Amino acid sequence: MLFLDTVTTRMKRVSTRWRILLLLGLTGTLGLFAGIGTYTFYYAEGLSYFSDDPRACVNCHVMREHFDGWLKSPHHAVATCNDCHTPTDFIGKYITKAENGYWHSKGFTLQDYHEPIMIRPSNSTVLQRNCVRCHQQFVSGINTHVGNRREMLDCVSCHRDVGHGPVR
Amino acid sequence: MNSRFSGRRGLAIWVYVAALAVVAIATFLILLLYQNIVTRKAEATQHVFRVVDVDDQTTDPALWGKNYPRQYDSYRRTVDLVRTKYGGSEAFQHLDRDPIWRRIFAGYAFAVDYREERGHAYMLTDQRETERVHKFTQPGACLQCHASSIPMYIEQGLKAGAPAGKENWEAQIQKGFEVVCAMPYSEAEKLVEHPVSCIDCHDADTMNLRVSRPAFLNGIRALARSDYPTPHLPSIERWRNEGRKDEYQPNTDANRQEMRSMVCAQCHNEYYFKGPGKLVTHPWDNGLRVEQMEAYYDNAGYKDWTHQETGAEVLKAQHPEFEMWSQGIHARSGVACADCHMPYQREGAIKVSNHHVRSPMLNVAAACQSCHRIPETELRARVELIQDRNRALLNRSQDAIMALLDGVIHAKQAGVPDDQLAKARALQRKAQWRIDYVYAENSMGFHASQEAARILAEAIDYARQGQVEAQSILPVGTAQPKAPTRTGQD
Repeated sequence: MLFLDTVTTRMKRVSTRWRILLLLGLTGTLGLFAGIGTYTFYYAEGLSYFSDDPRACVNCHVMREHFDGWLKSPHHAVATCNDCHTPTDFIGKYITKAENGYWHSKGFTLQDYHEPIMIRPSNSTVLQRNCVRCHQQFVSGINTHVGNRREMLDCVSCHRDVGHGPVR
Repeated sequence: MNSRFSGRRGLAIWVYVAALAVVAIATFLILLLYQNIVTRKAEATQHVFRVVDVDDQTTDPALWGKNYPRQYDSYRRTVDLVRTKYGGSEAFQHLDRDPIWRRIFAGYAFAVDYREERGHAYMLTDQRETERVHKFTQPGACLQCHASSIPMYIEQGLKAGAPAGKENWEAQIQKGFEVVCAMPYSEAEKLVEHPVSCIDCHDADTMNLRVSRPAFLNGIRALARSDYPTPHLPSIERWRNEGRKDEYQPNTDANRQEMRSMVCAQCHNEYYFKGPGKLVTHPWDNGLRVEQMEAYYDNAGYKDWTHQETGAEVLKAQHPEFEMWSQGIHARSGVACADCHMPYQREGAIKVSNHHVRSPMLNVAAACQSCHRIPETELRARVELIQDRNRALLNRSQDAIMALLDGVIHAKQAGVPDDQLAKARALQRKAQWRIDYVYAENSMGFHASQEAARILAEAIDYARQGQVEAQSILPVGTAQPKAPTRTGQD
């Protein structure tokens, strides 16, 4: 406290110069922080996650099999990861990306995720809506309660290999 | 002193200090994250770093472990001792759990000691310790699968005059195999040091999977030459379709997924010691089903021992996991041994197959859920349902065979001559072979549940036929044996 008292007393004396110095120091520190943060973001290929490129999904290698499977699957030519796994509207898409991005980063950094990885119910609903979005004409007659598992089966309960190819 | 002014000053300083601390902590965390990403990226680009040279003579797994630390780490965990509902890796005494087996094995080494096998790490120790080796004379043949034996075969083969050079690799192994099989166990065991090791499944240069056990190479070729359908081993069918040229070569003909079963099939199989040379031989000439192997033994006039109570010439089933798996739905669907017993696991950005080989029931998520996307509790319940049913059928079979044994003993005591006992004894051989086959197979029926049930149904039928036969040959006026007590729970 003695030290701080001295500082306070001194600040009274040289207040303007001191303030400028402090502000400079703080701005510098914040700038350093921003720089390190941005570089980490760049190094982690953070921007790629805003794209629709499927290669972004294998940055961390956990989804390697899913990516490889997709390359050989019937949907390879017509749909990428985001076509099935994110909503089409701008806000919904980026909320879904943000939410999954959070869980994926946390899981991969702390290595505390369930193996094998499994889709969560909210993502399952997104997926089902996207099946229907493209195949509406075929399924309009049976497509009744999307996302309600007691009322309607998901398409992938039976067509499980359309997206990622055969499972073994 | 202007307290209001200095109070504000003080507050401002604290705000600065706090801001500095927050930014410092945030920077610290970001750098931690950065370091984590660097590590993950490094893992993804390079996960094998050869620090020592290993070759076809390197049996010591610790040396390989320097190059492949992740695999070695899990390999070493096979020292664990865990019980599952019906098996596991703890050396419990089967003869105490199911005392009927003392009678089924009467007159044979297994009636003295029949302990559950422990993990891979113990395969050599367990064999050195079993009463079956201490109280009975065993041949060097046992070491084919209880030790990392290939370098020993190569060395002995070269000594016995096999041609040198890497291209004669198999000729050397086969020659050494003949030499060691005929040795006494006590002499041969001095030539080996390690239980199953890296070299037993992997090529040292490429780390590709490779089968090298001579008996398996001979057996799988005999199987390929037969007409037994092998939809689960497509390379054999391809070799047949392409005109059966030369010999079937698993190491070049089979695909990687087949190899992920064949390396295990080298030892987890049915075999016998053929002839005075005690050559380990698989009875696969007619096919892999229980009655096809039985026909092989019958044609060869082979018996493992003569039953002490009844005088029947009977067979001992070993551990026919490969044969039983071949009859099941998983094999038919292209699922290899390693898929369930050595499932892939992730360590950071690296995917390695778990070399801690063990019961999939101890690792349900990794073993089953890659294909079966349902909760672990449900998966476990399904497996236990299959195993409980199999156990119930086994209990019935044990009761049936006990009744047969009692019947034959009763007939002998009543003075029925040996030649009239032949039919009942033949039925005992059939029944006993089948029940032992399912009991010795390490999955409590799971590897092929319908097949196991079919085999046990036949076992019960043959045992009861034998019991009826033993009663029908009793001299007129002899009392029937009293009904045996039931041991099995329904």
